[in-house]
Amino acid sequence: MVLEAKEISFRYGKESRQILNDFSLQIESHERVGIVAPSGFGKTTFCKILAGYEMPDQGEVLLDGKPLDTYRGYCPVQMIWQHPEQVVNPRLRMREVLKEGDEIGEDIIEGLGIEEDWKKRFPAEISGGEMQRFCIARALGKRTKFLLADEISTMLDLITQSQLWSFLIEEVERREIGLLAVSHSMPLLERVCTRICYLEKS
Amino acid sequence: MIRLNGRIKTVVLFGIAIIFLIVVTMVGAFFSEAAMVTDFSRKDLAPGARYLFGTDWLGRDMFIRTLTGLSMSIRIGILAAGVSSVLALLLGTLAATMGKAVDAAITWVIDLVMGIPHILLLILISYAFGKGFKGVVIGVALTHWTSLARVIRGEVLQLKEALYIQTAKKLGVSNAQIAWKHMFPHLYPQFLVGLILMFPHAILHEASITFLGFGLPPEQPAIGVILSESMKYLAMGRWWLALFPGLFLVLTVILFDVAGESLRKLLDPGSVHK
Repeated sequence: MVLEAKEISFRYGKESRQILNDFSLQIESHERVGIVAPSGFGKTTFCKILAGYEMPDQGEVLLDGKPLDTYRGYCPVQMIWQHPEQVVNPRLRMREVLKEGDEIGEDIIEGLGIEEDWKKRFPAEISGGEMQRFCIARALGKRTKFLLADEISTMLDLITQSQLWSFLIEEVERREIGLLAVSHSMPLLERVCTRICYLEKS
Repeated sequence: MIRLNGRIKTVVLFGIAIIFLIVVTMVGAFFSEAAMVTDFSRKDLAPGARYLFGTDWLGRDMFIRTLTGLSMSIRIGILAAGVSSVLALLLGTLAATMGKAVDAAITWVIDLVMGIPHILLLILISYAFGKGFKGVVIGVALTHWTSLARVIRGEVLQLKEALYIQTAKKLGVSNAQIAWKHMFPHLYPQFLVGLILMFPHAILHEASITFLGFGLPPEQPAIGVILSESMKYLAMGRWWLALFPGLFLVLTVILFDVAGESLRKLLDPGSVHK
């Protein structure tokens, strides 16, 4: 499958500055693309547009040639956010968070090092790193075809980072999931990705 | 002495408040006939062992009258606050979910109702609906929903924008599931606490319009009626006619407040470890 961003322009509201200007990118299922840019260049915004959280002012997002918003129900493009505490409901136990994903297998849960004991806790009772593993697991549902990882490992220590990334690389390679990784860390992207793309200031 | 932790203390407080209120309601309802009995051989007795709160100018036992009046007040409070909070839930949710025009209309009505002094609107509505039990309940119900409706509207608006709800949509979770699993757990503590904290308002307002003569009829042993009648006898030194019913009204209101506040503390997930 191919995920394609075609000449995307975007800004938040009429008064604010242009964040993305005619930006195009194409990702294929077997690829792992890294995006590098300093703060404020629109990396997260670009991910939100690619995953369908925001509509671009101009341009379109195509998945296998069809606009992304024509896919109803489960969205094949899933995003993992930088701040996991914003994307889990504080009043749901972590078990429920996992259930929302599309049939998350035991191998994923084990591969990410999620312990049985964490599942019965509320988000306030586990750490950010532990929560992020749940978010990664949730995004790896059966129907996920593309994964957008927006600074997903910044809150983790180096050992955990390498654990998570090696699991993710293996998983997306095996299932032919296209990966888009965003990070400030050049060395990390060089290790993880097959291709690196620079976001220019518009 | 055993040291209780904060949560257990709150549970105990909540339990005591609720039990007291239930007992008063039941006992009062049971004695409603006895509260009307007049007996001139025992009129104008000061409080004593036999008549705890004394008797009035018709020889009616003030203790029983107070309990019956409170029971009446609590029942009106529960009914009116119940109707009012359901109204608040409906209108608050509609305002937040049905688009700009509906939101503007409902917000306008909220501002309108809030802008008029409660007691004035209450008197008007109660009078228009023919006073009595029905008038009071409708009046209180129609004036007390606004602040809770605002809270619920704000909460739903905020939830709609929350990232975890947008993420759930991307994961293919249906709207009904989102409302039930994601939104309801956030709304019901607000709703429940709002409902209980509405009781004291409802009870006080019922008593005040009855006191002013626009509420329950004079033959009804209601706190408002008791207080307004006893005003005439205060100057003659019969202080007990107003003091005990007044004190018990305040006590009931405080207990409802205690119950609501402790419930709020218990439902707050941040209090788990206290």
